[in-house]
Amino acid sequence: MMKKITRRSFLSICGVAAAAAALTACGGAASSTAASSAAASSTAASASSTAALSGNVATGGSTSMKNVIAALTEGFAEIEPDVTISYDPTGSGAGITGATDKTLDIGLSSRALKADETGVTGTIVALDGIAIIVNKDSKVEDLTVDQLKQMFTGEITNWSEVGGDDGEIVLVGREAGSGTRDGFESIVDVKDSCKYAQELTATGAVISAVEANPLAIGYASLSAIGDTVKAVTVGGVECSEETVKDGSYEVQRPFVFVTNDSVTLSAQAQAFFDFATSTDAADLIRTAGAVPVNE
Amino acid sequence: MKKFELPRTPAQWLEAVMNAIFFLCGILAVGCVAVITIYMFLSGLPAIGKIGPLKFLFGTEWASTASEPKYGILPFVLSSIYGTLGASLIGVPVGLLTAVFLSKAAAPGVRNVVVTAVELLSGIPSVVFGLLGMQVLVPAVAKVFGKASGACLLSAIVVLSIMILPSIVSVSVTALNAVPPEYEQGSLALGATDTETWFKISIPAARSGIAAGIVLGIGRAIGEAMAVMMVAGNSPNMPDSLFRSVTFLTTAIAKEMSYASGLQKQALFSIALVLFVFIMVINVLLNAVLKGGNKDEK
Repeated sequence: MMKKITRRSFLSICGVAAAAAALTACGGAASSTAASSAAASSTAASASSTAALSGNVATGGSTSMKNVIAALTEGFAEIEPDVTISYDPTGSGAGITGATDKTLDIGLSSRALKADETGVTGTIVALDGIAIIVNKDSKVEDLTVDQLKQMFTGEITNWSEVGGDDGEIVLVGREAGSGTRDGFESIVDVKDSCKYAQELTATGAVISAVEANPLAIGYASLSAIGDTVKAVTVGGVECSEETVKDGSYEVQRPFVFVTNDSVTLSAQAQAFFDFATSTDAADLIRTAGAVPVNE
Repeated sequence: MKKFELPRTPAQWLEAVMNAIFFLCGILAVGCVAVITIYMFLSGLPAIGKIGPLKFLFGTEWASTASEPKYGILPFVLSSIYGTLGASLIGVPVGLLTAVFLSKAAAPGVRNVVVTAVELLSGIPSVVFGLLGMQVLVPAVAKVFGKASGACLLSAIVVLSIMILPSIVSVSVTALNAVPPEYEQGSLALGATDTETWFKISIPAARSGIAAGIVLGIGRAIGEAMAVMMVAGNSPNMPDSLFRSVTFLTTAIAKEMSYASGLQKQALFSIALVLFVFIMVINVLLNAVLKGGNKDEK
């Protein structure tokens, strides 16, 4: 919200935001009923891709997948303009539950399925690599996941303990609710215990804060990293699209489409699923800041 | 009761239509205020009820996305109050002395330059203040005080104190200019120096106007979000030190609104309600100050 907020306009912005929230809530409720009716009338039209599809595809779950889903929805609209894709950002857990209890056509999860989450199948559509960034003047080149964990929970507070110059470590992170923060904290296993010196609301803001402070460390989506900051290697592995893809870079997580095993996807949902996992979607996924797995 | 008559001539019609338009425009503002007020209370109260008013207002921990969420906004309330008070501590003396200078002491040429500068200052968007604060002030604070990070309460106070200067200066200048010259001439005739006259006669005589300027400045400081967000660090800490990374009421909302859902979102509306009440109180105070001033002059 890069906007000047005065006392009065602040109040009106809240009003607008709330109205939008109310609308989203309505959309969510409507889409789940649409989803169940769509699921009921599915099966037959499967392979007839020439016929224009219509209807709704109810997706929901991981908040981190917002950008990817938005990009895919936009790309899909060019192929099937009459299909609407609904997206309810409720969290990965809710996305998997939605697929399990059939309220969603496609559940979205930004973590792999657990062993006890049965009856559903996960399909990885993209990978999310999170780069660990430090100031260009920092001498630190490599950190392990364990060191990161200790640094972000305040066990290690001085750069000299991890091979840098003497100086207090300044932790720069994202605001609560951000997908990148959630991703980083869950991968490094520091959820809800980070001692941030700064919480910023955008990837760009994190990067410029790290750029400005030689003692800062932060995290940002792989795609957003430019020349202004230094991405450290994690456990000796550089953060790049290749290392994320082959799994050697540790700070990454999958973006998963979760589908129910006992339900056949509706024609439109299947079309969206196929589109998202096709090579056509690779560039869209890349523009959304994630690493595509199918090319 | 006045009998209603249809307008007869075109001129009367035009008059009637224009009156209706003026009335509608007037109602629009009133309606907006009413709708916003009702909306704030409707959307802000449920979460306070769910969390519990005491836990909400006096809870010292805010962890809205934790597995066991905590919604205590005391750190935000205190940060906002400290930030605003701190900004007033710097901004009020500087603003008041600037106003005295502009109204009484400055040569016309100098006055024009300073007045123009103060007016320009009030026109600078808050995001620009934030940007400068982020790039210049935050590293400077870190360097001067030997801290690792300069994004803290102190930086926010400095930025806010500059932002509230224009309102304090311009309102105070108007008030000081309105002091009847006879008061000051009388004081000078009794042998008081210029400085004595300004501090003992002019400022007391203009006090209600000056107070209005200060309240206006405080209102601006407490409602500012963008500039604060860029320099204050935004961690939900208790403001127990000037060098602590803190979150204000405004930035708590702005920061989390984009991804919030469920109770977290409702709680953000409750924060907005608290802020709304704060600002209403300040406005009531402003009105009281202005009315009190008018009585004095009669």
